[in-house]
Amino acid sequence: MTALVQTRPRLSPFTAEATFINRSFIHSVRDVEALLMAVVLPTMLMLMFTFIFGNAIDPSGGYVDYVVPGIILLCAGFGASSTAIAVSRDMTTGIIDRFRTMPLRSGAVLTGHVVASLARNLFATGVVIAVALLVGFRPVATSLEWLGVFAIVGLYILAITYLFAAIGLAASTPDAASGYGFILLFLPYLSSAFVPVDTMPEWLQWVAENQPITPVIETIRGLLMHAPIGDSAWLAVEWCVGIIAVSVVWGAWLFRRKAGRR
Amino acid sequence: MTLAIDARGLRKRFGRTDVLAGLDLTVPAGTVFALLGPNGAGKTTTINILTTLVHADAGTAHVAGHDVAAEPEEVKQRISLTGQSAAVDEVLTGTENLVMMGRLSGLGRTGARTRAAELLERFGLTDAASRRVGTYSGGMRRRLDLALSLILAVPVVFLDEPTTGLDTRSRQELWSVIRSLADAGTTVFLTTQYLEEADRLADGIAVLDHGRIAAEGTADELKARVGGDVVELRDADGELLAELPTDGTVHGLRAAIDELDRRAASDAPGVSVAIRRPSLDDVFLAITAGQSPAAPSADRLARPELIESK
Repeated sequence: MTALVQTRPRLSPFTAEATFINRSFIHSVRDVEALLMAVVLPTMLMLMFTFIFGNAIDPSGGYVDYVVPGIILLCAGFGASSTAIAVSRDMTTGIIDRFRTMPLRSGAVLTGHVVASLARNLFATGVVIAVALLVGFRPVATSLEWLGVFAIVGLYILAITYLFAAIGLAASTPDAASGYGFILLFLPYLSSAFVPVDTMPEWLQWVAENQPITPVIETIRGLLMHAPIGDSAWLAVEWCVGIIAVSVVWGAWLFRRKAGRR
Repeated sequence: MTLAIDARGLRKRFGRTDVLAGLDLTVPAGTVFALLGPNGAGKTTTINILTTLVHADAGTAHVAGHDVAAEPEEVKQRISLTGQSAAVDEVLTGTENLVMMGRLSGLGRTGARTRAAELLERFGLTDAASRRVGTYSGGMRRRLDLALSLILAVPVVFLDEPTTGLDTRSRQELWSVIRSLADAGTTVFLTTQYLEEADRLADGIAVLDHGRIAAEGTADELKARVGGDVVELRDADGELLAELPTDGTVHGLRAAIDELDRRAASDAPGVSVAIRRPSLDDVFLAITAGQSPAAPSADRLARPELIESK
């Protein structure tokens, strides 16, 4: 009687991850609006900060060199926020239950979303830099320093993507996920991204100096423009690794707790 | 006989509600088993426990020979689940959904493509194969959803209300797919609200009520529990006016007819009386509505919305 039935074979390593990464890539490419935003948003922000605010803040025309790191992070945050919606949608449509009743590493679905977000946002970073170069951005970084820039931007994207993924797990609906994520997108404004911290009121300086965006910005700026980095690089790495660790633990807990409950 | 599913004393409490209050059930391998129950009876919770999604508070469950709590990975290698909401990826096409699931089931690239094409054909989705699932109708989604569970012929398939939202034709097609699965050796565990589905399809039926199995057996065994025949009174248009179960004796039948005569306008033109075997509906109502399943109260007037004509 049971001769025709078969058990699921053990998957070779990374088959599940590769399959989910492929899935998330298809999602990214087919979400035309998000893709358009990934190009339009950096362009608009770059133009706005250079030609509208830039001349008021620094009439010498050097503001573009100051603002590029901030716009990179702003766009990365925006691009990563869609991860929260994608994860929440997986959790609420029931597709996650299908995956969870298969012998797969439970984090593989999330790995797919995270890798796709990394790729999307590195692309957006490339757009920011290209537009910046067109409007007068003149970085002095060596190729090794450029590598450092992409490494720290990549680490920041990973951190914020993992955080958004956890928010997506915590949120009850995709709409709620989108709402919570919005708060995070304000963080760059409360940092040294657009104006130097010492121009802010004192209480705000404390906030700006003790949040993750500022050291990341200072590190990128230091690499691109040969500004002093100090301990910013270590702080930036510590913040990002810390955020990843907390998000992964929180996310894994949420993932287990929400099993089978919709 | 080998058991595909063997659950003993399952309990589950959500907040202050006992969703499962000591559920026992066994399903022989290679059979179709239907779990019947009103909404909120605990059908989905039962499936969630048996498919390793939720831990039971107490009791044990073995699926395909493995303990769901102690050896979830072993269980997962032997089951597939089609949940209540269509678990399909709306952004991907039908083919892409199936190929993804094929890859996750261990098929190679070409193997996954071939299997996808076969299943699309079998479920009448070939024309829609390269369309995004977001554009599919409810019935098409449901069919794809089911196809995704059948990539491999795993030993035990769980279907949570598989035909909800399907039209009559799709439902019948699905029934034949489920039958052929069982014929090939797969055990099918399904929940349903359609009694006809359980009647036509299932080898074994259990009625779940308030977190316990209230009755179990084949459709015929369950019908026998109601006792004798049902006397029904219909008007000229065939609309049911009233019905009463009887105990099968001549005396009981006469009493039932007298009772109907007393309470309904049985002498109106065109009103006719008929005797029929109890349907699964009668069983279901008797078990889930009454306190004593074996002796359904004789005070039940017609509730046409609960009676499916056959």
